[in-house]
Amino acid sequence: MKPAAFEYCRPDSLAEALALLSEYGDEAAVLAGGLSLGPLLNMRMARPEVVIDINRLADLARIERDGEVLRLGALVRQADVLASAECQDLVPLLVAALGHVGHYQTRDRGTLAGSAAHADPSAEVPLCLKTLAGAVELTSERQVRRVPADDFFQGTLTTARADDEMITALLWPTDRGRQGFAFEEVSERRGDFAIVAAAAWAERHDYDEGYRYGLGLGGVEEWSLVSRGGGRRAPEDLAEFADEVIAGVTEDIEPMRDQRASAAYRRHLADHLGRKVLLRALETALGEVQS
Amino acid sequence: MMRLPPGQRTRVTCTVNGQAHSGFAESRTLLSDFLRHELHLYGTHVGCEHGVCGACTVVLDGRLARSCATLAVQAEGAEITTVEGLAADEGLEPLRQAFSRHGALQCGFCTPGILASASHFLAARPDPTEAEVRDMLSGHLCRCTGYEGMVRAILEVARETTEGANQ
Repeated sequence: MKPAAFEYCRPDSLAEALALLSEYGDEAAVLAGGLSLGPLLNMRMARPEVVIDINRLADLARIERDGEVLRLGALVRQADVLASAECQDLVPLLVAALGHVGHYQTRDRGTLAGSAAHADPSAEVPLCLKTLAGAVELTSERQVRRVPADDFFQGTLTTARADDEMITALLWPTDRGRQGFAFEEVSERRGDFAIVAAAAWAERHDYDEGYRYGLGLGGVEEWSLVSRGGGRRAPEDLAEFADEVIAGVTEDIEPMRDQRASAAYRRHLADHLGRKVLLRALETALGEVQS
Repeated sequence: MMRLPPGQRTRVTCTVNGQAHSGFAESRTLLSDFLRHELHLYGTHVGCEHGVCGACTVVLDGRLARSCATLAVQAEGAEITTVEGLAADEGLEPLRQAFSRHGALQCGFCTPGILASASHFLAARPDPTEAEVRDMLSGHLCRCTGYEGMVRAILEVARETTEGANQ
């Protein structure tokens, strides 16, 4: 399996990369870690006219805090986040999920933004970004805009990115998930695509008895199912509350079916894993209120 | 900005296993094919060609890379370590011996990639748990051994190295 012919471009600045995207639009593909695009090129499922290699744009490799948001540049590798104490502190849910993304080898070069751009329905990074209500920074010659993850991910391999735009960063809220979080997934083999992945966070307000939570399920339908909410007082019975949330999320779903799992098995996993992660997050965050 | 039109060849110069190498590549030439066909370093094996099996894994500028999911032109100016370099590295003699002793290889097709990963892994985590070793090995397909020998070999080398350092 070898790629079809394309023009290779290695810009020395973001401006050059954006000019190429503006010129070639959907005939161009941005190459970062290459762990999603490489296989697509080899299998000729992608046949771009131009491949734009952004790997030398070192400014895109920054991990930086921007107010309440952790900004992970387009070239931040999955392994960089796993090794970062700051990320562990600020976005522990993401760090927990990254251990399930591909393998030790692929995480060394694979980027988070690449996973978001590829937008596989069972991918962990998009699931976490959506569950945490993060955003995607899209840059073109026209503008820089921040699109909430809820709007960015539109379906299998489909996003809100315009043809002349590049993902320049993923923006992770840091005021979430610090008190309770959990991530679980079931796959055929360690590191394979998840059959179902479940992510949850919960927190109790510092200033009153209010709380917030988020639950996301990936791999169930064409795109992740997410429920976020909160209230002024923590629920009295957390298990009962988790059951209610799960029931609300999975009520009308029509799970995918493929050679790996039936719709009924995906529904079972969604219920089981969803309840497990949400309850763990809630108990960690709100457990004190109970006692 | 470097631009290489389709069908055109360019010279790619890089350091492989400590030695300067150069060869020609098209934009679409994979690094795995470049290493084998241009540089005649046949130790890097090509399996699935879509980043799954791990046989073609090399170290590229300090990071593990599936050379089949990397373009040769991306390696311009890079430092690469392949199994030929690992074979000449005396520091890796214990790992090679342990692989041999524990039957961690049989047909050997997957071994070049696994040695690249294992050496990189042990440098980063000198004292890994068994779970961590198994997680690392999940990035490689081996159809002969069932992985048990590899797990034992890597843990043994880690233990010996760590004990040696503590004495």
